[in-house]
Amino acid sequence: MVRISSVRKCFGAVEVLKGISLDVPVGGVVCVVGPSGSGKSTLLRCVNRLETIDSGRIWVDGDLIGYAERDGRLHHLSPAALSRQKQDIGMVFQRFHLFPHRTALENVMEGPVVVRGVPKDKARTRAMELLERVGLADRAGHYPAQLSGGQQQRVAIARSLAMDPKLMLFDEPTSALDPELVQEVLAVMRDLAASGMTMMVVTHEMGFAREVGDDLIFIDGGVVVERGNPREVLAAPRHERFRAFLGQVL
Amino acid sequence: MTKTPGAPGTSAAAQEPDLPIDAIRPPRPGRWIAALVAGFVLVWLAYTIIVNENLHWDVIVAYLGDGRVLGGLWVTIQLTVLSMAIGLALGVLAAVMQLSGSAVLRGASALYTWFFRGTPLLVQLIFWFNIGLVFPTFGIGVPFDGPKLFQWQANELITPFTAALLGLGINEGAYMAEIVRAGIRSVDPGQREAAESLGMSHRQVLRRVVLPQAMRVIVPPTGNQFISMLKTTSMVSVIAGAELLTVSQRIYLGNFEVIAMLIVASIWYMVLTTIASVGQHFLEKRFERGHHALPARIRRNLRPFGRGNA
Ligand SMILES: Nc1ncnc2c1ncn2[C@@H]1O[C@H](COP(=O)(O)OP(=O)(O)O)[C@@H](O)[C@H]1O
Ligand SMILES: [Mg+2]
Repeated sequence: MVRISSVRKCFGAVEVLKGISLDVPVGGVVCVVGPSGSGKSTLLRCVNRLETIDSGRIWVDGDLIGYAERDGRLHHLSPAALSRQKQDIGMVFQRFHLFPHRTALENVMEGPVVVRGVPKDKARTRAMELLERVGLADRAGHYPAQLSGGQQQRVAIARSLAMDPKLMLFDEPTSALDPELVQEVLAVMRDLAASGMTMMVVTHEMGFAREVGDDLIFIDGGVVVERGNPREVLAAPRHERFRAFLGQVL
Repeated sequence: MTKTPGAPGTSAAAQEPDLPIDAIRPPRPGRWIAALVAGFVLVWLAYTIIVNENLHWDVIVAYLGDGRVLGGLWVTIQLTVLSMAIGLALGVLAAVMQLSGSAVLRGASALYTWFFRGTPLLVQLIFWFNIGLVFPTFGIGVPFDGPKLFQWQANELITPFTAALLGLGINEGAYMAEIVRAGIRSVDPGQREAAESLGMSHRQVLRRVVLPQAMRVIVPPTGNQFISMLKTTSMVSVIAGAELLTVSQRIYLGNFEVIAMLIVASIWYMVLTTIASVGQHFLEKRFERGHHALPARIRRNLRPFGRGNA
């Protein structure tokens, strides 16, 4: 579903991603871990084209992200084509970024109604189903300011799902939450993984990685240091840097 | 049974007595004296104004409803509403240009605000009124000296009213650009990213997500500008616009009731600004949507000496 090939990304003179390659099969769950500032968010943002890359290629469901290849050359995609690519990729942020002027229900309806032109009553029915799925049907009329962090994040997940994405990106979805709220969000994500969604998850929740992840990638200093089956690499880390990192987070 | 303080609902709590707070406030002699002095000054001012024979209250009352005065009032309202509309449209355009990726658009917008905020409004009004001296004709057609489809004489196009609209509206746009820009910049960049991730186009992001949130920041200073504009229209008197102040001046040149006519105009200005303030209040409420938690908190901050905090 996702193929990332030798991706490099600089901010000014600083190279943040130094040639990253990885594959996520259809229905696969890849957990990305690493110290703060190692480039995890940047990697996800490149997949969703919130950042442009300096070299390398990213394909999602066979489509090259950001460019079209014609006559042996790359051409920038038009803004409309870029928006179309983003419709298929859901993104969940650390700080939720719900629309504060819209209720939970309206947040979930926004994408289908505005982007796809789905009729309002149809979008509303579907949004209610999604809110039910994340356990928040009773909060449909609440504004984000009236919801707890965990509830906001679950609404944000429902909002992304409303676009029927092929791929879901999670950038530390539980890092801004109080400890007792983390599990309710992880439960929704676990459920989503079980339903066959392809997911890339940046997280510090090693328990989640061990239980749900098909693959675990440890990034440090912009390169992949360790990768493998999460149950195996977490039990027996091969690299010293990964072992040191695990000593800090566990 | 053990007593657990702070655990209501237990049988222990039922046995505890009610403890009403009926405390006596400390005396505030400073506040009482200040209130007394302020009250006295107000009464004294009102008295000197009401009994003053030089103010000709009968004339003021008679002219409040005068046809010419009401005509001027109507022109003032039209000038204010239309030039604010022009200003708002130009302001949004200039602000969006200012935040665009193109250096040419950013430069054009910066030049616009720089020029129109840098020159006095009075000069701009007189300039627009006399624009025929610089550009005698206006046309639509091939630019530079090509053939024209339509052509107008500047003297026919530029009346005191259109010159006033151009001057006030374009000048206002330069100020509104800064207000709108500040509003757009106040919106968390994460909002734009979340909207883009749903696949919204730039226009959809702006219209559905950024501008509605920016409005919370834009509306209060815009209300301020509107109220200010109600009175700024009086500058049009230099190009003989027929608004409230000009009309009042024309009347006192005939009847010599200078002070009375100025008070007539001022009363109407105050009526307009009061109505505008009420409108602003309701508009602000509308864009508070989803921010219920905020007003109470802000109100408390605005009232450091108020009862609620004492
Ligand atoms: N927009 C940006 N401009 C400049 N530097 C950035 C930007 N975004 C991230 N960085 C830098 O890139 C590095 C990686 O950031 P990030 O991907 O957010 O790390 P992580 O998510 O792993 O904590 C950091 O050193 C950060 O300071
Ligand atoms: Mg990050």
